[in-house]
Formats: sequence, C-alpha cells, structure tokens
Amino acid sequence: MPEKGSPVLDVRNLKTVFKTRGGEVHAVNDVSFSLAPGELLGVVGESGSGKSVTMMSLLGLLPMPPAEIRHGEVLFDGKDLLKTDAETLRAIRGGKIGFIFQDPMTSLNPVFTVGFQIMEPLREHMGMDRRQARARAAELLDLVGIPGAAGRLDDYPHQFSGGMRQRVMIAIALACDPRVLIADEPTTALDVTIQAQIIELMKELLAKLGMAVIWITHDLGVIAGIADRVVVMYGGQVVEHAPVKELFRNPRHPYTQALLRTVPSVRGERVHRLTVIEGQPPLLGQQPTSCPFRDRCAQAFEPCARANPARFDVGAGHDVACFLAQPAEAAHA
Amino acid sequence: MRDLAPRPLVQVRDLKMHFPIYSGLLRRHSGNVKAVDGVSFDIIEGETLGLVGESGCGKSTCGRAILRLYDITGGSITIDGAEIGTLSQHSLRPLRPRMQMVFQDPQASLNPRMTVQSIIQEPLDEHTTMSTAEKREKVFELMDAVGLNRRFASRYPHAFSGGQRQRIGIARALALNPRFIVCDEPIAALDVSIQAQVVNLLEDLQEQFGLTYLFISHDLSMVRHIATRVAVMYLGKVVELAPREPIYAEPLHPYTQALLSAVPEPDPSLDARDERIILQGDVPSPANPPKGCNFCTRCPKVMEICKQTEPDFIELMPGRFVACHLYTKTNETAGATAAHEVKEHQQGE
Repeated sequence: MPEKGSPVLDVRNLKTVFKTRGGEVHAVNDVSFSLAPGELLGVVGESGSGKSVTMMSLLGLLPMPPAEIRHGEVLFDGKDLLKTDAETLRAIRGGKIGFIFQDPMTSLNPVFTVGFQIMEPLREHMGMDRRQARARAAELLDLVGIPGAAGRLDDYPHQFSGGMRQRVMIAIALACDPRVLIADEPTTALDVTIQAQIIELMKELLAKLGMAVIWITHDLGVIAGIADRVVVMYGGQVVEHAPVKELFRNPRHPYTQALLRTVPSVRGERVHRLTVIEGQPPLLGQQPTSCPFRDRCAQAFEPCARANPARFDVGAGHDVACFLAQPAEAAHA
Repeated sequence: MRDLAPRPLVQVRDLKMHFPIYSGLLRRHSGNVKAVDGVSFDIIEGETLGLVGESGCGKSTCGRAILRLYDITGGSITIDGAEIGTLSQHSLRPLRPRMQMVFQDPQASLNPRMTVQSIIQEPLDEHTTMSTAEKREKVFELMDAVGLNRRFASRYPHAFSGGQRQRIGIARALALNPRFIVCDEPIAALDVSIQAQVVNLLEDLQEQFGLTYLFISHDLSMVRHIATRVAVMYLGKVVELAPREPIYAEPLHPYTQALLSAVPEPDPSLDARDERIILQGDVPSPANPPKGCNFCTRCPKVMEICKQTEPDFIELMPGRFVACHLYTKTNETAGATAAHEVKEHQQGE
C-alpha cells in the first residue's frame, strides 16, 4: 500500500491524438489529475469532451494507429503505464485496475455464461483453478446483490435484465480486488430507479472494499451524490477541478456555471426559461491556441483569444483553466 | 392561462396495444405483450402533457398508437373531434396533417440520402398542391422558425450536429401546420448543453403556432420544466396523472414517489433528503404482468388487496388521478393514513 496522501494513480500532461483522413483530432490535451487511495473522483463532460479517450489511453486500450499518445505520464505503483510493455499492461488491466463500461449488453459476451466471464479474470490474473474460481464467482455475484447467485452462474447474459447485467459487470471488475476501478458511464444506460440501486450498491462496495474509483459521467446529479472530487472536462481539456461540495457551491469556470444552470431540477425552484449554452462544442481539429470554450462563453474577453489558459489554483484544492480566475500579479507578468 | 372551459383536443379512452407472441415450431399464438393496457387521458388544447416512465413501460408505444402508427387492439382515440381509433389507414391519411411526430433519434429518423430541403418538403409533396416555388418558400420559412440557416438547405443530414438534426425533424413535423405533435424522447439523444436549446425551441414554437404536445420522456426534471400536466406510466398503465406542481411537490402513487426520489440532485443544498426510496427488483415482463396491481411486486407500501384486485384509476381531487388502493374507498382507513403521511412529508420539507 502506498503511504497515505500519495496518489495510487497520477496522470500528468497526457495528450492523445487521432490521425484520420481528415487530419488530426486532438482528443485529449495535456490532461493531468491524480487519484488518492479510497477516493472517488468524478469526471464530468459532454460527449466529445475526451473523458472516455483519456481513460482508454491510460490502459492502452486505444487502437494505435489511428490513436497516438504524444506525451504524458501515467504513474501507477511507481511505474509509468505508458512505457510498460504490452504483457505487463495486460496483467494490470482487469487485475489491479478494473474497468466497467457503459453498456452492459455489448460489453458482456453473449455466447459465454456469466459464470465463465467472471471466472476468466480470476483464472487469468489470480491463478485460481476452476473450482476455486467458481466458488469466488458465486461470492462475487452475491456481493453485487444478485439473488440466488450460485444458481445463476450458468445463465447467459440475455437471461439477465439491464440492471442485473450491470451488476455482473461490476462483479467482473471487482474479481481481482483492484486497487483502482474505472467506471465509464456505468449507469447511463439504466433507468432512474435501477440507477439508484446501482449507485447505492457502489457506495456500499466502496465502503467495504476501499478501492479508489474514477467515475465518468455526463450527469451532474450522479456526481453530486457520489464523488469526493470532480474534474470537469471540455474540448479535451480539464477546465475545472475541485472537491465536490466546493465545485457545486462555487463553480468558477463559465462552462461549469452554465452547465449547472442549464439542467433543470426536480426539486428546486422551477425556472421560466432554461439557460442555454449557445453554439456547438469545438471540433478539436488542431492544437488549441486559445480557450476552447471562448466561442460559447458569455464572459469571454481579450486574453481568451490569445492563449489557452493554464489551470490556476484558486485555493481550497480548487483549480480553474480560465483567465477570469488568473491571479492578478500573473496577469501583468 | 385557460380562462375558458378547457377543451380537450385529444381524448384517449381505454387504449390497448397488445403485440402477439408466436412461439414453437408452428408459430402458434401463445400470448400477448401488453405494451399499453387500458390507458385513458385527455390532452387539453394548447397544453403539454408529459408522459413519463422507465424503459419498457409502454410510453413510446402509447404515443405511436395515439397517432395510429399501429393498428390498436382496443379503445378509442379522438383527435380534434374525429374518432381515429377505428379508421382504416386509407381514410386516416387526409387527417394526418393535423397530427405529427418528432422522433427520438434524429440520426435514424432522417434519410441520409435526402437534402434538408427535400426532407422538410416531403410532407408538402404528399399532402398539398403547392407549386415548387411555394414549397421552397415554405421550407425556408420553416428553417427560419426552427433556427436553421437557409443557406444549408441543400446539405445532407450528416453535415449537421445532433441538435441541428433534431431541428430538421421538428421543421418537418411543423410543415403541414399540425395542431398536435407527439414528441417521443426528442432530447434523449442530445448532450446536456444542447437539450436546453431544443426544449426552448419547442416552447417558442408552441406559443407561436398554438401547438399541443404529448411530450414523452424519461427525464423527470425536463418534464417538470416543459409539461403542464404529467402522466406517469408503469407497465402499460397510467398510475398517476396530475398538474405539474402538485405531482412533483406531493406525489400520491408509491411508484411516482420512488421515481422522483431516485432522480439524482445536482444542487447540494436541495439534497438534504432524509430517506431515498430505493425500489427492489426489476419491472415484471409485460407479457406476464402480476395479478392485481401491476406495481405490487416492487411497492414498498404493498397490501394484501393489491395482490388480488387491480386498483381503479380514480379522480381523487379535481384534476388529480391515481390508480392505487391506498386511496380507494373500500380501503378508507389506509387511504386516510396515506394522505396524512403525504401531508406530514410535505411539512417536513
């Protein structure tokens, strides 16, 4: 175990580019964040903001080419994952780092039983024999709240409902006691009442197992209820990063502010008209030389066109990539 | 807003849409999926009725059945005084311009080989005798109305973003000056920042053209924003129907209560709810719904009677309908307790 305070996963200046026939797409631009042991880091962004590509880059899951990781470091267990060989990476994936994907229907193999799919990482990474793996698989299914777990090992994915399939995915991700769990939109394909079940389950499991989690989502409500810290992504960059309460009470980036206003609530005051973020997200066709949110920002001013803002520290563990938050002395320098 | 006696534009009575299941070697008819099973409601002229529920509850089937995209199994549908439930598709055709639909997935509902001009113009080709020049002018007007640049009329759908494609779908729905539009999850496929643009557009168009909407969605917060009244569906039936404010402030049906409680709240100052209702289990199959109340297998307040008798859909207070034994007369004491609980809950907030 790393000592308290030192991160289990540290991502520094990650940059991923896709080479396409239409030119390069700068999907992830100098993304940095760290993950402390036992914490839940929420990553929020719209489609195309680079949140999924970031996570796939970490684990070497992107097909290369067309993808290319230009630079950056991903430190896990004192090793840079971007520099490790494929064989070692393979041992880490599904072992020390678990992954839950968005759509439980397409990420489970329809022609293998659920039991086989949970046993696969156990036999691959933990060296268990068939009997041990089967017993552990039944335990895991029970852990994620599937009734009659042992009796369902020989069922196929289509015999489970959407919520149950997502529980199976969670069981697979947890199979080898991962230190880090990356959950990519784990509840997006589910209905709200089922989503509530899965969130409750994840909270219980976190308290019980104490792993660190990166939870990717576009739903600010889900993040508010579950995360410790939040990273907001826009146009392939981290635009804001703060502890969850600080972010929702005191959002500093105009994009975060607009995003919070544009989502209506089921409980608060009902607004007469929804706030709109005009325009479209950026196309990322080239290396950004100005703020990516500039065209849609109501508060854009002259420096925004000149340079892409760095992440300025505004205290309370909160940093913002916006010139409005730039400390006064730095602005004159 | 509605000073005159409210006039229902659409009346749905006991609508049933069952899909047959064929099984076995001989493909024998072995059962029915009761996607919509006895739904009744009115949609008042100029209002937006929100129809909410989880996937598989039959809300989309209900919307499509009302427009007779299916041949319905039973019940009646009256739109603007005309009974269309039993009409043949042929005699329905002249009535089609009055009722239109906006679909969920703008990618799938626009023909990729047609230009925007020809997509929006197609209903005009089919139903009007306008000249080519008139049609062209009308298409431009529609593009202006939905906020699309006229210069893009000769482009193909792939050149547009998701939000813009949905605007094309809306322009097509508006082409024949309909009075009633079924919006089937029109924003579900869009990003958060784009959803608000489309919802504001739908509201503007409603005001401008006096439209009546059936807004089908699983997004309870967006429905709260756009709907005048809200109907909640569960497993093929409407379990609760009420004006927007009371249903969100004080939901009566245990399913509505659970559904609202499950919505994650992005405002930390509002998230001080003491208990969240987490429903156990999954929605039963609509091919084999439970005996009695459809919700009895998951209901936290289930009683003996719920497993035996199906509750009636009753008007508990003016404008507030609910189908639950907690509120039926035969169960007076239980109903009183539940009403009391609701009051207490409200005061607690």
